[in-house]
Amino acid sequence: MENIGALAILLAFCFAVYAIVGSLVGKWAKRPFLTLSAERAVYSVWALLTAAASILIYSLIKGDFRMAYVWATSNHTMPTPYKFAAWWGGQEGSLLLWSWLLSTYAAIIVFQNRRKFREMMPYVVSVLMFTQTFFLILNGFVASPFKMIAAGRGIVDIGDGQGLNPLLQYWTMVIHPPMLYLGYVGFIAPFAFAIASLATKQRGDAWIHTTRRWTLVTWMFQTTGVLLGMGWAYAVLGWGGYWGWDPVENASLLPWITATAFLHSVMMQEKKGMMKVWNMVLVSSTFFLCIFGTFLTRSGIVQSVHAFSEGPIGKYFVAFMVIGISGTVYLILSRLEYLKSESQMESVLSRESSFMFNNLILLAGCFAVLWGTLFPVITEAIMGEKISVDKPFFNRVNIPIGMFLLLLTGVGPLIAWRRSSFESLKRAFMWPAVLGLMVSMGLFAAGIRSFYALMSFGLCAFVLVTVALEFYKGAKAISGKSGRNLLVSMFELTHRNTRRYGGYLVHVGIVILFVGFTGAAFNKDTTVELPQGGTMQIGAYTLRVVGYEEGENANYSWGRPKIAVTKNGEELPMMMPEQRFYFASQTPTHDIALRRRLNEDLYINYAGPGNGNNNVILQVYVNPLVSWVWIGYWVVLIGTIICLVPSKTKLVFPRTEVVGIAGKRAGAEKHAKTEG
Amino acid sequence: MNKNVKFGLIIVAILGTLGWLAAGGINQTASYYKEIAELERLQPNEKIDKRLRVGGDVELNSITREGRDVHFVLVQEKDGVKRRLKVIYNGTDPLPDTFKDNAPCQALVDGKLGSDNVFRASKLQAKCASKYEAKPVAPVTRG
Repeated sequence: MENIGALAILLAFCFAVYAIVGSLVGKWAKRPFLTLSAERAVYSVWALLTAAASILIYSLIKGDFRMAYVWATSNHTMPTPYKFAAWWGGQEGSLLLWSWLLSTYAAIIVFQNRRKFREMMPYVVSVLMFTQTFFLILNGFVASPFKMIAAGRGIVDIGDGQGLNPLLQYWTMVIHPPMLYLGYVGFIAPFAFAIASLATKQRGDAWIHTTRRWTLVTWMFQTTGVLLGMGWAYAVLGWGGYWGWDPVENASLLPWITATAFLHSVMMQEKKGMMKVWNMVLVSSTFFLCIFGTFLTRSGIVQSVHAFSEGPIGKYFVAFMVIGISGTVYLILSRLEYLKSESQMESVLSRESSFMFNNLILLAGCFAVLWGTLFPVITEAIMGEKISVDKPFFNRVNIPIGMFLLLLTGVGPLIAWRRSSFESLKRAFMWPAVLGLMVSMGLFAAGIRSFYALMSFGLCAFVLVTVALEFYKGAKAISGKSGRNLLVSMFELTHRNTRRYGGYLVHVGIVILFVGFTGAAFNKDTTVELPQGGTMQIGAYTLRVVGYEEGENANYSWGRPKIAVTKNGEELPMMMPEQRFYFASQTPTHDIALRRRLNEDLYINYAGPGNGNNNVILQVYVNPLVSWVWIGYWVVLIGTIICLVPSKTKLVFPRTEVVGIAGKRAGAEKHAKTEG
Repeated sequence: MNKNVKFGLIIVAILGTLGWLAAGGINQTASYYKEIAELERLQPNEKIDKRLRVGGDVELNSITREGRDVHFVLVQEKDGVKRRLKVIYNGTDPLPDTFKDNAPCQALVDGKLGSDNVFRASKLQAKCASKYEAKPVAPVTRG
């Protein structure tokens, strides 16, 4: 079995190399059948990798512990879904997942465009397969999931494996890595088309139109992946928070930031023909940050709780990134004349400038996070001394950035293109600004003194009012004409321009997320050691230890104190945080007790028995507004899905200020433009 | 005012503010990686001011709890000399699950060195021989 798997990977590698050579030679030598055969090779790569992955999954579920990977990540007692999830529970398997997802995406791209973009497709295929080859080198020769531990030692059978890391035995961990990878890997589609567009010297933005949905969908996966990771950290790691600016968390955030910047700045290119070079830079940075993120989690270059072990694969990633980035930079520089801007910034108070500032701020945030993450590496290289920075650094820089972004979220979509007057600004923003200020002042009067919290809540109110007004005005106009009620008109309005109103909804989701984040300013926490019958107080809650239970099952043994909780004297259901000890891996973990409410969460972690005989050590957190983070995510998701629905009215973007040859070309492109 | 000048000023203002915040943030939270051997060579004033980050192996069976504090000993071997460092962890975050007495563990502690040469750590990261890297130790053989 394992030999077939390894053979499949080896064959896939050959096919991938063939696809690169075939498509490029076919293109240059004008042999369409060679190009076609290269595209067919892409399907073969997918089929072979699917076979390899199936074999690995089969071995994991069946428990073939002679295989090193199966031995390290699976065991008999694990529930089947976790045996399946063990596919991405370790280094080798997760790299195979990367590879397989990439080949799946590649196959879909080739299939979708089998009759389109004949000029560009050979380059698209070669970019896809170049990346695929890199990962297949890792799968086949560096980190093979099909290595045997029992080979050649006369060992026929190995009883049981170590099992999946207990921290990963949690439902969000079953879907978090695939989601994140779907997002990471998916960004190769816009990148490949961008490169193809450069290689074929296209002036237009066909690559943006054809990959808009890809970009949105992969952005959605990335968002989901990041949020699931937060949800997992919150519910499993037991330190009471969801984001610790850990290098691996940062690695997942970086491409998300540039992808978000890209989603905004492509609008400038679509509508005004501006920022063309910039978009190329953004799409490439996003792609390479995705690779970089994968590298960071696997190379052991920075210390992190989530990282895989150090391995020899770091240098392969470095080599791939150096080759890829230099190639991309060369292509962009050599094609600058095809990327000339069609119009200019006219005023500081304009939609264009709000897009520019949005990008500037996002990129500054991305840079700050990257800088902070790599600070030990940078200082060691420059000063010979490793210095690391911590949470306060990230918060100090990123909170103001968040505030500014929040402001732009409200202002950007409403400010006029080209230039805006103070009169029109006043008309559009007076009420939102007044209401935002009222919220801040009201909260100040209610006793909140945290500057950033006041500012954040005020800005949230400001953005919500601007969006609400937009929906209201649009719906009122429709209902005035059609006579239908406001709610129906609002649906109609959204359906007419899904991109715009779906986008507003995403913004609302982001605002809700910020409400949740801001709650962290009011977190309370404490660690106590309590005897049986002992009580403690935190916020409005009183906790009393009333008992202790223990037991075991096949997978782990557990112990849990029973804690009676009252809030302002009112009795609440019993809470039982649990400590587990997994037999296979000899590791303890914690299963927290969590009472989620919209206003605040009560979060109890049982850290273990204390010094006294029956004492228990409890870590107790009261986290206000955390639930809004998860609610915000769902709103973002719904908004993104609405953006993906085709608009009822077809959109034509009149490009102002486009005259002469460029104007004619823009006109011609509009006719040729593919839908979406 | 010329619009380019305006744009320039705004951009400089934004980046300047962020740079200033970042520099402050670095000064506030920077902590220096040191080896145990290097700690002995630190100047007295450096000892007090600098936040340090020290890594090493946790000495087997050295972990004891006293109230909310956790005491243990870090060991680092360099040039054939074993150096030990007493650590008291008094941070608020719960100890990582991987931090345990019976397995070979590496720990990274973050804090300050007292004048009594005991390291008071407010943060602790443990890197214990996780399964990913553990070499299979003599797997059970069955006929």
